[in-house]
Amino acid sequence: MTTAQLAAMFLPRRHESSLRNGLADGRWRAAEWVFWLVLLAAYFVFPERLVLGSQILITALFALSLDLILGYAGIASLGHAAYFGIGAYAAGLLAKHGFGEPLTGLALAAAVAAVAGYLVSFLIVRGTDLTRLMVTMAIGMVCYEAANKAHFITGGVDGLTGVVMKPIFGAFEFGFDGKVAYLYSLIVAFVLFWAVRRVIHSPFGLSLRGIREGGARMPAIGAPVRKRLIAVFTLSAALAGVAGALMAQTTQFVALDSLSFSRSAELLIILVLGGAGRLYGGFIGALVFMVMQSWLSDMNPVYWQFWIGLLLVVIVLFARGGILGGIETLRDKLRARHPEGAQ
Amino acid sequence: MIASFLGVLFDGVAYGSLLFLVSIGLSVTMGLMNFINLAHGAFAMLGGYVTVMLMTRLGVPFLATLPAAFIASAVIGIVLERALYRRLHGASPLDQVLFSIGLTFMAVAVATYLWGSGQQPVHLPAFLTGQVHVLGLDLGAYRLFLIALVVVITLALGYMVERTRFGAQIRAAVDNKEAAAGLGINVGRVFGVTFALGSGLAGLGGALGIDVLGLDPTFPIKYMVYFLLVVSVGGAGSMKGALVAAVVLGVFDVAGKYYVPETGAFIIYALMVVLLLLFPRGLYGRRA
Amino acid sequence: MTPQYVLRTEGLCRQFGTFKANSDVSIALPHGARHALIGPNGAGKTTLINMLTGVLPPSAGQVFLREENITSLPQSVRVKRGLTRTFQINTLFWGLTVLESVLLAICERKGVATAWWRPLSQRTEEIEEAMTLLRQLHLERDAQRITRSLPYGRQRLVEIALALATKPSVLLLDEPAAGIPAGESREIFEVLAALPSDVSILFIEHDMDIVFRFAQRITVLVGGKVLTDGTPAEIASDPRVKEVYLGESEHV
Repeated sequence: MTTAQLAAMFLPRRHESSLRNGLADGRWRAAEWVFWLVLLAAYFVFPERLVLGSQILITALFALSLDLILGYAGIASLGHAAYFGIGAYAAGLLAKHGFGEPLTGLALAAAVAAVAGYLVSFLIVRGTDLTRLMVTMAIGMVCYEAANKAHFITGGVDGLTGVVMKPIFGAFEFGFDGKVAYLYSLIVAFVLFWAVRRVIHSPFGLSLRGIREGGARMPAIGAPVRKRLIAVFTLSAALAGVAGALMAQTTQFVALDSLSFSRSAELLIILVLGGAGRLYGGFIGALVFMVMQSWLSDMNPVYWQFWIGLLLVVIVLFARGGILGGIETLRDKLRARHPEGAQ
Repeated sequence: MIASFLGVLFDGVAYGSLLFLVSIGLSVTMGLMNFINLAHGAFAMLGGYVTVMLMTRLGVPFLATLPAAFIASAVIGIVLERALYRRLHGASPLDQVLFSIGLTFMAVAVATYLWGSGQQPVHLPAFLTGQVHVLGLDLGAYRLFLIALVVVITLALGYMVERTRFGAQIRAAVDNKEAAAGLGINVGRVFGVTFALGSGLAGLGGALGIDVLGLDPTFPIKYMVYFLLVVSVGGAGSMKGALVAAVVLGVFDVAGKYYVPETGAFIIYALMVVLLLLFPRGLYGRRA
Repeated sequence: MTPQYVLRTEGLCRQFGTFKANSDVSIALPHGARHALIGPNGAGKTTLINMLTGVLPPSAGQVFLREENITSLPQSVRVKRGLTRTFQINTLFWGLTVLESVLLAICERKGVATAWWRPLSQRTEEIEEAMTLLRQLHLERDAQRITRSLPYGRQRLVEIALALATKPSVLLLDEPAAGIPAGESREIFEVLAALPSDVSILFIEHDMDIVFRFAQRITVLVGGKVLTDGTPAEIASDPRVKEVYLGESEHV
């Protein structure tokens, strides 16, 4: 088996296309199976790192929510942490006030965040790219300030404590070892990922890409762009809210910082690092970013900030597609060199 | 009551004029090059640190450091424009945002490394401290000086833009890049000089603002929203728009902090959202 | 009672500040029309199309589609009612493949673009229709190519394919052969000549050879106003039209 054949088997084509007519067919590639099995295996292989593992999964889900609007619909948002935070506070407050059932918390978080996203989406669909960036950033900051000022509800700068979770299905208790939390996060992340994956491969996913690739042409083919954007933004906010809820439930704490602009900016970096518009970009980005962050945690934070800044500049100038984009380019080059291996 | 209201107004105008000084460069950059430069605050920060260094290390008097702050930021501006910004002229807004966030992070990290994370103090010359009695009001001398200086600079800028050939070239390029190039205007050079000028003014603003806005390594991030607000509300590329937006913002911010301190920066952000929705292209923005 | 005119305007005006791009333009398209809109550059032809399709709101005047006032309807709604256009400058889905682009237009038309559960490749009916359309336009071998990688001439065909995918009853073509050398525009016009006769077409064109071969009626727009309107023979012999095109040969 040639390198190219191996590559073609393992690496997804752009948009996971089928072989016949280049259209998304929803088939799971070998690499995808491997990816999720590895995540499951980590439960057994890294039992002492499961807390970090949950964090990575949660961030990956959060990044996936941003990818929906950024990588697929082409809307840049500098305030996505708002929905993460809203979901986190919703689930946290629910648990704090006696309703500690985890799945209910997730549902509530999704609902509240979705409502917030829906309301904001009307502001997002108008205006230029610049005003959109400004508006998303401003709204993020409004939410941060609101949470800060309402410290009698949210705990303000000290964060929300007293989040007590009941066991999942009455049987699986959240322990300090993070084991239940990890599996819980993995399952939730997988289910939601699977749903998003279906959306991306469907006609709706195509219309999102249409908005990104040809916003001017969309109305000219009869597409109600505003409605689509409102729908996808709401969905994206709901997903971010679930990620936030997971964070609140697995750490039993909600930090004010989770709503901050730095979080929104960091998420953007994570997604771009992994590669936007490629479904797995958020996961790869979260994995690489957070593992590096944890390895380098004893480094002077000044250095970390500098290197992240530099990484960002380099990515934009030279490696726009992030890690997955780089792999794609590599694969295309391999295929070009060994055409007999291509299908 | 009236006195305190006028006092707030005065402080607001002073604050606003400082914001204008820093933001005007950003406004022209965004209007001229369609480049969203979130790192603009870093140039202001640089000017501030240059002033502090000259004053503390070399004992240079405050006023004498101001031209140095301007020049340092302008020079760094030209260098970065040539080396980096130029490559991203056609890039998507997202790419520009990511790029400039990256630069901002680097600038903040470097500033923290070189000068520590604390606030930098500034020793103003004696004749600029204290109060001045004007028309029955006690106004801060430094703020009075600020307003006067910004007025002079604004008039000078206005003269340059309206009356000089270079100003005409800027106006032409802002209005229609391709047509301007077709008229033989060296658009690349206009960009470079304008960027340098804008960065220099930002540096000057940063130096002047140490007393009013403070100076620490997080300056570019802390005030980024304000500069962007001035530009997006005023309309990119419009000097008049930036001036109006900056003063309005300054007054509202000071008034907000004075009259309703519990709500904090809330008002500003909410105001921004409202204004952006009413005027998606800014108050004086160019039409499509 | 079928309306006499499938597309009609009354006194359409558009001003930009003090500049009057269009003044008092009234045109009428009967069913099955092959109507050309000609005039020098800057005469307001594209602005007129923009107003007809809802991209620009008129400063004054009305637009009627089958006698229904559509003046305030947004562009996407007009497309749903059968009024579609092509653009003078290629306005395509640059990162999508040709098949994906046409498929998207078909799914939008059929109202299935919001289906979010089944993958795209299972939409066999729509894919069939897309491939048929591509075959008609000789684009089938480009089906899986990314739009931005196509040569300009093929992109121009995709431009038309997207419009045809919406199954319009009224088609507005803004310089369909723009940028294509006179000798090579044959393919485009073969496509247009093959269009069903129940589709009413209004097209802007500078190539007079094509205009006179294809049009049943011609409207001349100068300085934003209708100069005159008539059959190709009438227009060809009108001295005012000759004056407007003074010094220009048959091929502009």
